[in-house]
Amino acid sequence: MSNTPMLKVENLGITFGGLKAVDNLSLSIEKRELYGLIGPNGAGKTTVFNLLTGVYKPTTGTFCLDGEELTGKNSVEINRRGIARTFQNIRLFGQMSVLDNVKVGLSNSAHYNVFEGILRLPRYHREETEMNERAMSLLSVFGLDGEYAYKASNLPYGKQRKLEIARAMATSPKLLLLDEPAAGMNPNETAELMETIRFVREKFDMTILLIEHDMKLVSGICENVTVLNFGTVLASGKTDKVLDNPKVITAYLGE
Amino acid sequence: MKIKFNRKMIGSVIAAIAIYAVIAILILTGILPRSMQSLVVKISYYVVLALSLNLIVGFLGDLSLGHAAFYAVGAYAGCAFALYSGLPLIPNFIISLLIGGISAAIIGFLISCAILKLRGDYLAIVTLAFGEFIRSIVKIIPGLGGTKGLTGVPSFDRFEGFTFGYAVVIIVIIILCNFTNSRHGRTITAIRDNAIAAESVGINIKRYKVLVFTVSSFMAGMAGVLFGFYKTSVEPADFTYNVSIEVLVMVVLGGMGSLKGSVIAAIIIVALPELLREAAAYRMLIYAIALITMMMLNSSPKFAALKAKALDRLYSVRESITAVFKRAK
Repeated sequence: MSNTPMLKVENLGITFGGLKAVDNLSLSIEKRELYGLIGPNGAGKTTVFNLLTGVYKPTTGTFCLDGEELTGKNSVEINRRGIARTFQNIRLFGQMSVLDNVKVGLSNSAHYNVFEGILRLPRYHREETEMNERAMSLLSVFGLDGEYAYKASNLPYGKQRKLEIARAMATSPKLLLLDEPAAGMNPNETAELMETIRFVREKFDMTILLIEHDMKLVSGICENVTVLNFGTVLASGKTDKVLDNPKVITAYLGE
Repeated sequence: MKIKFNRKMIGSVIAAIAIYAVIAILILTGILPRSMQSLVVKISYYVVLALSLNLIVGFLGDLSLGHAAFYAVGAYAGCAFALYSGLPLIPNFIISLLIGGISAAIIGFLISCAILKLRGDYLAIVTLAFGEFIRSIVKIIPGLGGTKGLTGVPSFDRFEGFTFGYAVVIIVIIILCNFTNSRHGRTITAIRDNAIAAESVGINIKRYKVLVFTVSSFMAGMAGVLFGFYKTSVEPADFTYNVSIEVLVMVVLGGMGSLKGSVIAAIIIVALPELLREAAAYRMLIYAIALITMMMLNSSPKFAALKAKALDRLYSVRESITAVFKRAK
């Protein structure tokens, strides 16, 4: 079992009308690996995330998480099997408190039913206390425990990004997908974010796949990368080698 | 944290009992004029309606224009039982209340299953259609009296009406407070704030929508039974879409997602026309102006700041009072 990769993608593809948004994508991510998915704008990176999280159903190919095939399952099912994600344009529950955002992520780990909730039976109290504790400890990992009572939409941008990761982690995933976590951040915030991502990997033994434009971040933390261009794989392998690949440089900078 | 919570709860219980006692005394001593006495009952079922619709519109974020449907199902089911059962008044009312609530919940469940895929304007239109549909169906079901409806439903005296209405309101408030602070309630707010993100953390949106409609229609059904016992008759004309709109106005005015707001708005909107009876000719005019003013005030940031300031002052007064008490100890 130790040899099964955490994520195995084979020949994954999707077409919208006549457009092949993603074509023949194959990649394999080991457990505890930090893997980068990069490429120019419109290369199909976010589409890959949407395929892996069941937002779109692939037209060809398969993907397996930890040996279990998840192709064609819906978002809810895929999250329950262990893939959690963040979004390029932050999607928090803006009107809810920071703590409640994380508790929504923990929701599926509690088992009390509607009646127990309405009547406040013992299981409600027990599981709510447990959820509060788990949520607070997750928030402290991301340095958000001081702001737990803030409305999520009132957090500064960098912290909103972190809260989104915390919420994704609350669902106890096996694989974490980060969609441009450093978008819109200044260099200081980016450096801090790199630390956080590394820390999450160490602390939770997490496998992480991330989409990024910031090459410093990618070369700083990713062991392996795959470069997408027009929906197809341009290059794949060890980060420094791939980034030196002339084809990759051409794709980014032009001839 | 726990102690604070308990103190708050005790405070609410004392407030609830105090309000009950004051109104009960006013009714029993006859200080409250007759028209006002019946108004108190009318307020109670409108408060329940507004609270239950707030769950759909304010917490889940779906616009439903068919709330009268659930209200009608509850009223008819509960009152039909009350008419034919022949039980003594109080047990009859309690069982009817449950039957009304459960029947409305079943219809709410079925309707919500039918409209799962709809959102926004489409949902609003279809719920509106369901509202009228239920009203037409009720007319042709044998034993429900056609367009004349059911008459001779057992009736309360004013005091009983108030007591039961008040009890139902309190029960509904407790249900909603606990529900919105449970994991299910949080999930529903999360769906409203961002449905895509909610799905990404493993929330089955359809299941929760059905849950909200079922819980909400259960409460609307209870409001229907209260209405039937208050009016002693129910007819299809009592459940036109005007009722749905009126209740929606209460929810919007009180603030979507605010339980307190729904209660206050329902009280004001039901009481206002009655209080303005003196100014008969200008009644609707004043009512409309009052509504517009309240809407404008509610959405104005300046007024919100003013309100916050006033509340702050209130809290500081309360704190100084508790401080005095502590020193006395």
